[in-house]
Amino acid sequence: MTRFFSITKNIHEWLFDLMPEGLARVVEMILIAVVYLLIFSVAGLYLVLLERRVAAWFQLRIGPNRVGFQGLLQTMADALKLVSKELTGTERADKFLYNLAPYFVIISSLMALSVFPFTKDFQAFDINIGLLFLIAISSIGVIGILLGGWSSNNKFALIGAMRSGVQTISYELSVGLSLLTMVLLAGSLQLSEIVEVQKGGWLIVQGHIPAFIAFMVYMIAGTAETNRAPFDLVEAESELGAGFHTEYSGMKFAYFFLAEFINMFIIAAIATTVFFGAWLSPFGITESIPILGVLWFLGKTLILVFLMMWFRWTFPRLRIDQLLTLEWKYLLPINLVNIVFMAIVVLLKITI
Amino acid sequence: MSYFSDIYGGIKTLLTGMSVTGKYFLTSRKGAITQQYPDNRESLKMFERFRGEVVMPHDENNEHQCTGCQKCEIACPNGSIEIIWDRGIDEATGKKKKKIDKHIYHLGMCTMCGLCIEACPTDAIVWAQNFENSVYDRTKLTKVLNQPGSKVKAGIED
Amino acid sequence: METIAVNNSFKSEEYFINMGPQHPATHGVLRLLLTVDGEIIKKVEPDLGYIHRSIEKMCERDSYQQIVHLTDRMDYLSSHINNEAVCLTVEHALQLEIPDRVKVIRTIIGELTRIASHTLWWGVMGMDVGALTTYFYGFRDRELINDIFEETCGARLTMNYNIPGGLMFDIHPNFVRRTKDFIAHFKTKLPEYDTLLTENIIFQKRMKGVGILSKEDAISYGASGPVGRGSGYSCDVRKYHPYSALDKVAFNEALGYEGDSFARYQVRIQEIWESISIIEQLIDNIPEGNHQVATNAVIKLPKGEFYQKVETARGELGVYIISTGTKNPYRLKFRSPGFSNLSLLNRIAVGGKIGDLVATMATLDLVIPDIDR
Repeated sequence: MTRFFSITKNIHEWLFDLMPEGLARVVEMILIAVVYLLIFSVAGLYLVLLERRVAAWFQLRIGPNRVGFQGLLQTMADALKLVSKELTGTERADKFLYNLAPYFVIISSLMALSVFPFTKDFQAFDINIGLLFLIAISSIGVIGILLGGWSSNNKFALIGAMRSGVQTISYELSVGLSLLTMVLLAGSLQLSEIVEVQKGGWLIVQGHIPAFIAFMVYMIAGTAETNRAPFDLVEAESELGAGFHTEYSGMKFAYFFLAEFINMFIIAAIATTVFFGAWLSPFGITESIPILGVLWFLGKTLILVFLMMWFRWTFPRLRIDQLLTLEWKYLLPINLVNIVFMAIVVLLKITI
Repeated sequence: MSYFSDIYGGIKTLLTGMSVTGKYFLTSRKGAITQQYPDNRESLKMFERFRGEVVMPHDENNEHQCTGCQKCEIACPNGSIEIIWDRGIDEATGKKKKKIDKHIYHLGMCTMCGLCIEACPTDAIVWAQNFENSVYDRTKLTKVLNQPGSKVKAGIED
Repeated sequence: METIAVNNSFKSEEYFINMGPQHPATHGVLRLLLTVDGEIIKKVEPDLGYIHRSIEKMCERDSYQQIVHLTDRMDYLSSHINNEAVCLTVEHALQLEIPDRVKVIRTIIGELTRIASHTLWWGVMGMDVGALTTYFYGFRDRELINDIFEETCGARLTMNYNIPGGLMFDIHPNFVRRTKDFIAHFKTKLPEYDTLLTENIIFQKRMKGVGILSKEDAISYGASGPVGRGSGYSCDVRKYHPYSALDKVAFNEALGYEGDSFARYQVRIQEIWESISIIEQLIDNIPEGNHQVATNAVIKLPKGEFYQKVETARGELGVYIISTGTKNPYRLKFRSPGFSNLSLLNRIAVGGKIGDLVATMATLDLVIPDIDR
């Protein structure tokens, strides 16, 4: 476990002085988890606000501007409202699975956050299979969606869940393969090492054409992975009402909702780490002040998040068979060819 | 080869679509069409023909122009107008004359068709441009248009 | 011969879905009973009557002036044209000579209504296939038309501007200027509709080859308006039975031939352009004159049966009046375009996916109060 900043180092030493090593380690992990949970539940809420404002600006509207200064507390108030709401459910729903489903979704997305290198020292876990871990974790979320749709005893929810299964399982391939392309270039699955490699230049620059193709494929597949428009068939509101979370209310709905936005952040953060050099500043202009790395990381991530929002508020939704056609006939072959291309590029050392 | 041209054409159309929304995003500061309604009450002016609700204007002597001819009541498709009338002695001529006691207007039943105002021969009722008509109690929507103690303006005949 | 046992353990089963009456895609209170096999639609059964207000029966109670305002509430997106239909029938029955000014104004406002209806439809169409932004762009332009209506007629939606014998009052002095401003503005915005949605590859894939309606079916099901014309069935009432000032203007009938959702979509976009051209031809030449001719306060139609059809934004609206010579109609029947267009749904949506059903329904441009009346 890497410790970040001197204050965390002090806490770390104090904890290890106070109690036996095993217990201290557990307590430290819990502390970090709580800190992450607090930061990202609030960050998720502000992502929702950002989405609403961006959507409003695309649509000639103003967006939420009533609660707090310029509407900054709007999503906080929404969350408060959702907490206070009754948790409803259908009759003859599979209660156990029904209640379990939201936790699958939210926990898997929060777990994924732990491996991101926000800056050189700000990384909770730096495991050597970081990228694999991310791909693995992000596919757990779909189980939650499937369970939620299956157990809520609603046909619209069931259709949504089945679509989600089809969609996520297909697009997982493209996400994995496009990241694999970059792993060929970086030579490691460990996120901190992937960042190290990019000190000479971001991977998207180093890998030029194949890296750019991989990035485009990744962005498309990543958008599909988070079930966002134009791939929002899972909750296509004009077709299925609200899709898999039709029957959820209150905090359980909020978990699904928050998870969607955190997932969007995760997809953008993976792209930032793998393609755009994570916390590295362009040409190393702020290398002397490592704390600014957080800003660089968040800045790049938010630009990619904005790109995904731009997609969402521009494009119509695909149909389910077109969704699969896009994956299996276009993205997958392109990806496979791209891997070979990248291998040749790496082998012949024609990287920039 | 059409496989690749499909991809190229597809991406191109997607990008042109994004350029449209992107243009509006950049100009969103001045381009917003939202009216922030309760805040702009002062500047919000309805057009003069706007059909808000039926009112009966009274002049400074508390006189209206309704002779009680009931043409509006007949013209109304929904029965939103009820006139309770009476026969009284006209002071000027000494003849018996019809005069209204109450001109009752049910705003809750009104469909704003404007037939009553078209039918009125003396322009006694007109449209008001008031649109904030919501109340907590439905009975408040039944209004008596003539003010208490008002009488018909002299010289108004139907 | 030995028969091979087929493993039937993996069977798919059809199931029912109730789409509506409260469903975002039905734009109102239409209820669709879907029989679905997985995602594929096997049968669509519309269930109507959730917003039935017995307008036809109410018409038997009302005088002819009062009937007009009820038609506002049928197809509320083309309320002016509905009003016009009733007024034309009554005027035809009374053999009134309508001033040219009234005819021209009626036509201009009718075409503006058509544009307003089609822009709203365009926004909602985009929303149904998942592009939420189109809704606001469509509404932005429609609001300008509504402002014109509000200034002249006093209401934005249920205008009730026509009366038997003419118009309720003359046009507002600003009407011509505002309409010209709007046309100038809208001509710059309409191409954006194409770049944003029409040319979009996802949208084209969603629309092309979906919900195909053959010309024969269109005729035999009584499809009219853009739905019929999308299949190549030339049925524009404005062209074949011109009413008001439509015989004085030159315009093309928008026709598509593929009969799929995309053809219907393009017919409507084309119709907006045609409406613009009609307005441009008339707006500068509004003749002087009276805005109404005097009728009796109590209109009594002569004994007999009268029929008049007009082209609303959704298709052919027919008004059929049986009069016994009293001040109320004995029977009044509206032939509403939405009803026959809805009857096509089972024909064209079966075999498609659930997403196709929503897109197809959007291209039929249903207004539920028009169907239920």
